[in-house]
Amino acid sequence: MADATLLDQVKDPKNRADPYPIFARLRANPVSRQHDGTYVAATHAAVASLISDPRISSETLPPAKRPLTGNPFTDWVVKPIREHITDTHRPFIFRDPPDHDALRASVMHQFTRERVQAMRKRSDRLVADLLNEKCGAREIDIVDDLAYPLPVTVICELFGVPREDEPKFHGWATQLATALEPDSLDDDAVRAKNSRCFDAISAYMAELIAEKRRHPVDDMLSGLANESAPGIGRMGQYDLIATSILMLVAGHETTVNLIANSVLTLMRHPEALERLRAEPGWAPRVLEEVQRFDPPVQFRTRKALAEIEIDGITIPEGAPVVLLFAAAGRDPEAYAEPDRFDPDRHDNRHFGFGGSLHYCVGAPLARFETEAALAALAGRLRNPRLAGTPPYRPGAALRGPQHLRLAIDGIA
Amino acid sequence: MPDPDSQATPDPSPLRVLVDLNRCQAYAQCCYAAPAHFAIEGREALFYDPAPPAGMRAEIERARISCPVQAIRVEVPGQGLL
Amino acid sequence: MSAAASPDRAVVVGSGLAGLRGAEAMRRAGFTGSLTLVGAEAHRPYDRPPLSKHVLTGAVAADATTLPSLVPLEAEWRLGTAATGLDRKNARVHLADGSSLPYDRLLIATGTRARAWPNPHEGRLAGVHTLRSREDAAALRGALAAGQRRVLVIGGGFIGCEMASACAALGIPVTLVEPSATPLARVLGTHLGDVIGAMHAARGVEMRCGTEVEWLEDDGRGRVVRAHLAGGGHVETDLVVVALGAVRNTEWLADSGLGADAGGLDCDADGHALDSEGRADTRIAAAGDVARFPHPLYDGRRVALEHWGHAVAQAEHAGRLLAGRRPDRPYAAVPTFWSTQHGINIKSVGLTEGADGFVIAQGSPKEGRFLAVYGRAGRCIAALSIDCARWLPAYAAQVAARAPFPPIRGATDQPADLAVLPPGFP
Repeated sequence: MADATLLDQVKDPKNRADPYPIFARLRANPVSRQHDGTYVAATHAAVASLISDPRISSETLPPAKRPLTGNPFTDWVVKPIREHITDTHRPFIFRDPPDHDALRASVMHQFTRERVQAMRKRSDRLVADLLNEKCGAREIDIVDDLAYPLPVTVICELFGVPREDEPKFHGWATQLATALEPDSLDDDAVRAKNSRCFDAISAYMAELIAEKRRHPVDDMLSGLANESAPGIGRMGQYDLIATSILMLVAGHETTVNLIANSVLTLMRHPEALERLRAEPGWAPRVLEEVQRFDPPVQFRTRKALAEIEIDGITIPEGAPVVLLFAAAGRDPEAYAEPDRFDPDRHDNRHFGFGGSLHYCVGAPLARFETEAALAALAGRLRNPRLAGTPPYRPGAALRGPQHLRLAIDGIA
Repeated sequence: MPDPDSQATPDPSPLRVLVDLNRCQAYAQCCYAAPAHFAIEGREALFYDPAPPAGMRAEIERARISCPVQAIRVEVPGQGLL
Repeated sequence: MSAAASPDRAVVVGSGLAGLRGAEAMRRAGFTGSLTLVGAEAHRPYDRPPLSKHVLTGAVAADATTLPSLVPLEAEWRLGTAATGLDRKNARVHLADGSSLPYDRLLIATGTRARAWPNPHEGRLAGVHTLRSREDAAALRGALAAGQRRVLVIGGGFIGCEMASACAALGIPVTLVEPSATPLARVLGTHLGDVIGAMHAARGVEMRCGTEVEWLEDDGRGRVVRAHLAGGGHVETDLVVVALGAVRNTEWLADSGLGADAGGLDCDADGHALDSEGRADTRIAAAGDVARFPHPLYDGRRVALEHWGHAVAQAEHAGRLLAGRRPDRPYAAVPTFWSTQHGINIKSVGLTEGADGFVIAQGSPKEGRFLAVYGRAGRCIAALSIDCARWLPAYAAQVAARAPFPPIRGATDQPADLAVLPPGFP
């Protein structure tokens, strides 16, 4: 019998820096039942199968739960209405087709190749500026000085959110992203806190949307607020707010880890860093390999809509199902020498951006941003060394260093 | 009999691109990487240029490696598979 | 048998997709002997699917579809030289230029050609085309670019439907004539064929199903001007595309003693060619459109599949076999195909033949995106996706596992009622 506490060990902060030995033990069974009734898919084949199985649902968000205020009108009239609205207009990462498809298509209609290409050039410029600011420094924190400000600026500019407002919703975004961590929403206090954040960021967004309706400009939010994708009506107000929040949170919380995990991996593989310095065009391969080797989104939790037979196990209807992307990336059945970091490997079908219907919308942006960051860092940091062991952020699902300090001899 | 397709030309030969459309799932990552040579038509039908110019190599390579299902093959004539 | 100790002259007859991938598989499996590829066409192997789609609309040049090589082949090419005979006793392939090639291992991948219009005189009229080769596609592209009053497509199979779609995309009036009640009836059944037909009609294709073209009339100077239909009607046209399916290129094997006819060359489960007595010739393997083999998924029924993915997978299997690698299991790849028509993505896995029912398992035909699953005797045998490709892998697994039919229930994006309907095969 497999150890039914392995997922607990993955979640345990003391294993945050290196969960990979636990993943190896989980892979002994393609799908295993944990003591709390959660099922974990840990092999590449099992993740690939379940992620594209229509019996696997993304509608995992529990009902909204706002705290009581003591005011009867608020508690018995306003609160139920608001909660009904929140529950029926969730961001599409937590929705199934057909609603998911329509919302996503509206976003994709605005996420044009031209806008993404423009942000590609912008990323190169932003990286150069951020590094220029550190000129003369002897130490750089990859997270605070680059990996965080770059994607945040890009998502703000692309979406059309004033960059100077970012400190306002920085905390909200971090809090809302905890919705992707297992168990976090079992806690009433966390749910109440998330609801407060959601209400606050919603109010901010509603105001911004009204402004985009009065004065449309060339950005995604103006497009979403004023146009409709072919064959799909214009997004309703509540869906538009939820979608905007999703874009903003996603733009905050994932690319930062992709960049930081990439840099950390390169620091631990000096020969790869050396090659990247000589060959900046290698950066796209490096980041794809990081998505396999140490992905920023380590797993996602879904739900079985019906009984599913897989690899001799029956997942019962209603069971939570963890798709362990990071374990799939180290599966020796899918990759030769899976624990070796090798950007030249072929046929790398990683799950770093998820897969199937919910494949990361922002993947092209994340790629361009990370490519720009890695090529510039390899080329410009003089003699970078890890300054101590990097501390990790709390998340097990969205996993990455809190800080990544490098000692350097300067910036070219 | 001489091979009519391998005559020397002044320009470098174009790349040879092939997408396994059985495998393709219209993730459209190639379309963002190399917008002039990949496009989605309708909801999910991929159109691609099987012979992009040799000068587009970096973009086509990005398209190839970013494909989530690894459906793209690229040959640089005379140099082999990317 | 190890590759190193065995004789080492390999000949591949057929320089299409299957021939190329088969030759590459031999090299990959360690074959180091001499390798000769023989092709009736004068080109390096090229990809055919674009010929009936973007080559016709002008988005891709006909000569731009040369296939990438996946492995350095170090082969001798005998292009523009058809094989005319096979002498197994002396192990030689005879070529159209009078020469012959000795072989120790032979891969037969001669594929198919377009079925010609049954009346040879009418078939030779100016303005009457078929579509198979690069030259065919270039000629059709030229004619379409010059502008046409009305194109007539004879045959509602995949090539016919794609041809009609290309005309519609170019804004050229087009009529499609199909003897069955719907297009694609043989593959999809009339129920879903009707959905495809409606899709074409909605985009301006004039659908004339349930009738046939009886004869083609010329203008007295050798150019087609009119097609006469069974029952008296006619279509005024200046460009006719005969899309009546394919004929397997097996005539050159007539005196070889192999079990070959218009339906293909017989193979055993491993892919070795069978003689007319049913004995395997282990020096010879076949792959692609021309190979007729027992498919394990379909109770060992002999099939010859004209699918792109099959040409690749079976050629890789046959190449390894010829290189001396005994397969650990028979070739059993699940058949797959795709087609695009009017920007709609049509994909399928499995074979629908013999289906006794189907269900709409995902999406809805009303929204123009759905996935249908075909069943036979309580098992899933095929799935068809119309703009619903993300769900196809899940059902491909069901088909490969011969899962119970009707298939999985309780899924998202699934109609409430999984009613089993008759597919309506003609």
